[in-house]
Amino acid sequence: MRREPGSDGARRVSTPLLEVRGLRKAYPGVVANDDVSFAARRGEVHALLGENGAGKSTLVKTVYGLLRPDEGRMMLDGRDYAPASPHDARQAGVAMVFQHFSLFEALDVAENVALGMEVPPPMRELATRIRDVSETYGLPLDPNRLVGTLSAGERQRVEIIRCLLQDPQVLIMDEPTSVLTPQEVAILFETLKRLRTEGKLILYISHKLEEIRALCDWATILRHGKVTGSCDPRQKSARELAETMVGSELALPAAKTREPGEVALSIAGLTAASGAAFGTELKDLFLEVRRGEILGIGGVAGNGQDELLAVLSGEARSAPDSILLGDLPIGSFGPNERRALGVLAAPEERLGHATAPDMTLVENAALSGRRRMGMVSRGFVNWGKARAHAEHVIAQFDVRVPGAGSVARSLSGGNLQKFVIGREILQQPEVLVVNQPTWGLDAAAAAAIRQSLLDLAGQGAAVIVISQDLDELMEISTRFSALNEGRLSKPRDTDGLTLEEIGLMLGGAHDLEAGQGLSMPDRAVGSGETSP
Amino acid sequence: MIRLERRPAPSRAWAWATPLLAVLATMVAGGLLFAFLGKDPLLVIRTIFWDPILGEFAFYYRGQLLVKAGPLILIAIGLSLGFRAGVWNIGAEGQYIMGAICGAAVGLAFYPLEARWLIFPLMVLAGGLGGFLWAMIPGILRTRFNTNEILVSLLLVYVAEQILAWMALGPLRSPDGAGFPGSRNLRHYDSAANHELIAGSGMHWGVVAAFIAVILGHVLLSRHILGFNIRLAGASPRAARFAGVNPGLLVLTCLGASGALAGFAGLFEVAGPAGQINIDFNVGYGFTAIIVAFLGRLHPVGILLAGFLMALTYIGGEAAQATLGVPAAAIQAFQGMLLFFLLALDVMTNYRVRIDARARA
Repeated sequence: MRREPGSDGARRVSTPLLEVRGLRKAYPGVVANDDVSFAARRGEVHALLGENGAGKSTLVKTVYGLLRPDEGRMMLDGRDYAPASPHDARQAGVAMVFQHFSLFEALDVAENVALGMEVPPPMRELATRIRDVSETYGLPLDPNRLVGTLSAGERQRVEIIRCLLQDPQVLIMDEPTSVLTPQEVAILFETLKRLRTEGKLILYISHKLEEIRALCDWATILRHGKVTGSCDPRQKSARELAETMVGSELALPAAKTREPGEVALSIAGLTAASGAAFGTELKDLFLEVRRGEILGIGGVAGNGQDELLAVLSGEARSAPDSILLGDLPIGSFGPNERRALGVLAAPEERLGHATAPDMTLVENAALSGRRRMGMVSRGFVNWGKARAHAEHVIAQFDVRVPGAGSVARSLSGGNLQKFVIGREILQQPEVLVVNQPTWGLDAAAAAAIRQSLLDLAGQGAAVIVISQDLDELMEISTRFSALNEGRLSKPRDTDGLTLEEIGLMLGGAHDLEAGQGLSMPDRAVGSGETSP
Repeated sequence: MIRLERRPAPSRAWAWATPLLAVLATMVAGGLLFAFLGKDPLLVIRTIFWDPILGEFAFYYRGQLLVKAGPLILIAIGLSLGFRAGVWNIGAEGQYIMGAICGAAVGLAFYPLEARWLIFPLMVLAGGLGGFLWAMIPGILRTRFNTNEILVSLLLVYVAEQILAWMALGPLRSPDGAGFPGSRNLRHYDSAANHELIAGSGMHWGVVAAFIAVILGHVLLSRHILGFNIRLAGASPRAARFAGVNPGLLVLTCLGASGALAGFAGLFEVAGPAGQINIDFNVGYGFTAIIVAFLGRLHPVGILLAGFLMALTYIGGEAAQATLGVPAAAIQAFQGMLLFFLLALDVMTNYRVRIDARARA
């Protein structure tokens, strides 16, 4: 997959403005960036493409001086560049627009911009400059408006103008379109194109393939912290980009010959608004999971994963017959009523959702096991039973911890996740729903958890695994479906599922019907070897 | 550079040490305050903490200790349930007033009927109900309209004070009182009086209720599923929802329980030590109980001890006012400092101080 198209020759001639060589950044248990190198030149919109957790954010935070690399070096305009802080980065001409804005709603635009400046000019002068910049770059914005009255797109303009006032050479944009309407996206793209003609470099982070193909001149693709490819995205199809993003070494599973059991749980036509601000609404969901199978649900975070888990766990209620356990309508049941019936769940956030951080493992065992493990009689908790359950989980799932009396937050991520998954599996669920079961875990812990999910399905339980890790889903799931902006694609057997089909299900085409408008390469020549 | 670093697990040693250190720090800072006021700091502190228990007139003060500690403990136990769950009832003072009014009104309605077996229990029930219903106002406003229960419960204290004044001057005013404000004295009406159970000890039914509340509170929090849900909701609201806790119901339960206990405290006070509904009936037990709850680490046994300590500062404070001329406001500031130091030192339970040789590059 790693190859340089012929049109690349011209690109290599001009010296790069920003060059990154052999960058490495490790956190306990995970290497976020591993030997990352890329070069970007002036007048370029340079995409950093990858799934969540691929290391894009770590990379740009390093460039912006928020993180210091463990190894490797950076060059800016031919000189060594090692910013100790964002202040240094701004001095050197690097600015960044974050995904989440840091603005005060009760202040007006000019005041907000002034707050971000080292030496703000007088207000009247600043307002004039804001007006100038907003006209020059086609970003309509009134400096006297209160930020609280602005839309998400207008707020982003405040952040962009705040950066542009510093006249940066490099502008980093972290998932800028995730909060924008299509019209606002169009305006943003015009601005970015104008900045490009002025010779600025824009580092553009996204996982939206069509967007990158429409805007970017060059793409560096990251996966699991490593650069897996670089290309001119305009010369590639969305499918090819998705393949590089997903990884060319993606091991397709050997044919699974498992007899599908009866339908254990089904969702029919469920639509549910998110309980959280900026949440994703689930739209017209259909889902069926059978005994003995693992249904894998892929997709990039923020596309309704948390909402789907809440709807299944009972934290979010719905119409009674929108969810059926066998023939029993359970949509209106709460978490404990569902647990009594054998529907268990393990949420993504280990600390603060699956467990209470400051409580002991004994107490956290009672958190989900109280009903099914008979820990409560006549209102009183039998702490002996809770301790026994916690100790059973610790022993069976190899949770490395001094004892069941340890508080949840003193455990490492992998150990806590083993506890969380084990706590549910040892309650012998009929249906188990897990969200991102191995996120951020080292390989050994992740493998142990996957094996335990396979074993559970082997014992005849129905398992739903929601995950961003496609390798994982291909390895363990029987059928595969993708969650995209709250919609679930039609599930497909993972046996014989090709990379291009996965790419299509994930890569911006929400479902196959809507995908017809997408520019699709001819499948006959789409082997990846044809020259563009 | 000095940094605060989060401990991997909360420190048990610090959790127990902070109340003691807070008392010590309060004595030091309070001593400075008294010194600035021109008083001998050691003498004032001895008058507050030592004389009521072991001084010359201790025989008088000791009875007062139970009288003051009883309502503080009873209210603080209720508040601690809410505080554990992240439900901030700051208006116990108002619930205390409303409990006293409701309970006293029931007693006065039966006057002069002699039937203690009927009237006194009815008064107790009415007192609890009065506090419960007054606490339901912020509860329902929060669960229905997402208002802030801190503000609503606090502001309702001032409404309750207005109702108290109206009752003392109007509906509940004693017909035999020659036009003076204030109801009949319940202590002179045997069927309704909350008498001392042991003469001179200060022990009355309210103190008994406080001790029962300590025991029930301890059992609830350590053994009962409701207590577990309360602790879980306070520790991690999202995990509580995952555990199947209904957040709205929990808010109402906590506010209702703390309101009812404050109402009981008000009833026992008005039928006993205070004797009558009057304009100056409330003396701030409802607010001081907040300090008691935190000083006791929101733990029933801790609250028992903290209740006695705060009762001591009340009694000793009054003694210091009377004998040494320390202004009443200085005593209140002294009590407030206790909460301030406690909360400040509490940081050490979850964090430790790290001193770096140089700032991190």
